[in-house]
Amino acid sequence: MYTAEFAYKKATSVAEAIQLLQQHPEAKLLAGGHSLIPAMKLRLAAPPALIDISKVAELRGVRREGDTLVVGAMTTYRELETSDLLKAHCPLIPQAVYHIGDPMVRAKGTIGGSLAHADPAADLPASMLALGAKMKIQGPSGARVVEADQFFTGMFSTALQEGEILTEIHLPIRPGARMAYAKFPHPASRSAVVGVAVVVDGTEVRAAVTGAGEHAMRLTKLEQALAGKPLTTENISAACQGLLAPDHLNHDLVASREYRAHLVDVMAKRALMQAAGL
Amino acid sequence: MADKVHITVVVNGVEHHHEVEPRLLLVHYLRETLGLTGTHVGCDTSQCGACTVHLDGQAVKSCTMFAVQADGCSITTIEGLGSPGSLHPVQEGFWEMHGLQCGFCTPGMIMAAVDLLNKNPNPSEAEIRHALEGNYCRCTGYHNIVRAVQYAADKMAGKVAMAADD
Ligand SMILES: Cc1cc2nc3c(=O)[nH]c(=O)nc-3n(C[C@H](O)[C@H](O)[C@H](O)COP(=O)(O)OP(=O)(O)OC[C@H]3O[C@@H](n4cnc5c(N)ncnc54)[C@H](O)[C@@H]3O)c2cc1C
Ligand code: FES
Ligand code: FES
Repeated sequence: MYTAEFAYKKATSVAEAIQLLQQHPEAKLLAGGHSLIPAMKLRLAAPPALIDISKVAELRGVRREGDTLVVGAMTTYRELETSDLLKAHCPLIPQAVYHIGDPMVRAKGTIGGSLAHADPAADLPASMLALGAKMKIQGPSGARVVEADQFFTGMFSTALQEGEILTEIHLPIRPGARMAYAKFPHPASRSAVVGVAVVVDGTEVRAAVTGAGEHAMRLTKLEQALAGKPLTTENISAACQGLLAPDHLNHDLVASREYRAHLVDVMAKRALMQAAGL
Repeated sequence: MADKVHITVVVNGVEHHHEVEPRLLLVHYLRETLGLTGTHVGCDTSQCGACTVHLDGQAVKSCTMFAVQADGCSITTIEGLGSPGSLHPVQEGFWEMHGLQCGFCTPGMIMAAVDLLNKNPNPSEAEIRHALEGNYCRCTGYHNIVRAVQYAADKMAGKVAMAADD
């Protein structure tokens, strides 16, 4: 299948990419292409120009800055999965990435592409919320930082404005925190029917779900139910009940609203049991 | 028509220069421009893995990238893996273990399996199945494909031992 015609521009720096976006306001950024290209082949998208940012060196890799891990937006899933820094300080990410798509998808897909695309069934948004990540965004008028809680605003929509680029993801290092991701994969596409990420940091429990609603969201009811309580099987089971009302949840061929609501409880329990080592 | 873009790629060790339309998919560049029809198009929707090739040493789906994205890269297709007289151990494994029936999925399956063994020379059965999740076979069944990969892993390990003995 051929996409519609487009002009191809390759950016070599963030500054150049921002400039190209201003020259071609209808253009789309091309990262790993694993959401954009399938959509273009189906002619669901037909941007007149693509600005390839996948080779911009300053957007790639994981580094440590004090008590933060800075992840470049164009870091591929494969690089996240094999990053020693993430394995040591933020094992939630490699664990969640292990279950994304397949090895070929993980070779090309990027964290920035996934977060900017904000597919309601994408895996990583749940981990971003549970970890309390911050998104660094650059545009023609400079840089700004948006909390993960404010970043996902709707189905396929985020706090990114026209002409802006997501450049870095900042993950706070939480020494001693225990974390886990539990996913019920779509039987064919492997994307998340429901995925729950949890981070247990001292007596604080942070939890978020993807796949259930229009966009990933915190499971505040669960967080409050477990705040300050020891993570015993009993407490976890009692807390993981009726976490989300089915009314506003997604529904499709694979899962009804009611079934999704049930899966949220089950995945939350699995993630918590794993994080608690039970 | 959108401006053509000059690309330089090394495919199976041979350097090529072409002016390509930006929307030309890598798989069509390989099959139609270079005539390397060993790489197949199965689903054309990024699901089946029949189009798998190696891009700078990593397995990718060549139907889900444009040829322009491969500029400056080195690509290996099934044609570059072995030859009829000297098959790659994974190719030999598919032969010996009856890892194919119609053979349509086989080039992609083999490229994904080689990618796995490059990263993990001694995979468990579960690891083999996880690594082949993006490659669909509609006729053999996966059982013999897994055995083919295990055969290749054993064969390659044997070779390493022999080389070390020298
Ligand atoms: C077969 C298959 C299986 C998959 N399975 C899963 C799965 O199990 N779980 C999962 O989470 N995902 C899955 N995906 C989706 C995959 O993770 C995508 O790669 C990802 O969602 C998008 O990342 P990308 O780098 O490919 O972005 P692209 O497709 O290149 O871009 C996506 C969108 O984001 C924009 N964009 C990209 N980068 C930036 C940036 N830095 N700043 C601003 N905007 C930007 C682009 O303009 C585009 O609109 C699957 C995809 C396929 C093809
Ligand atoms: S043809 Fe590329 S994944 Fe099926
Ligand atoms: S051998 Fe026929 S599809 Fe795999």
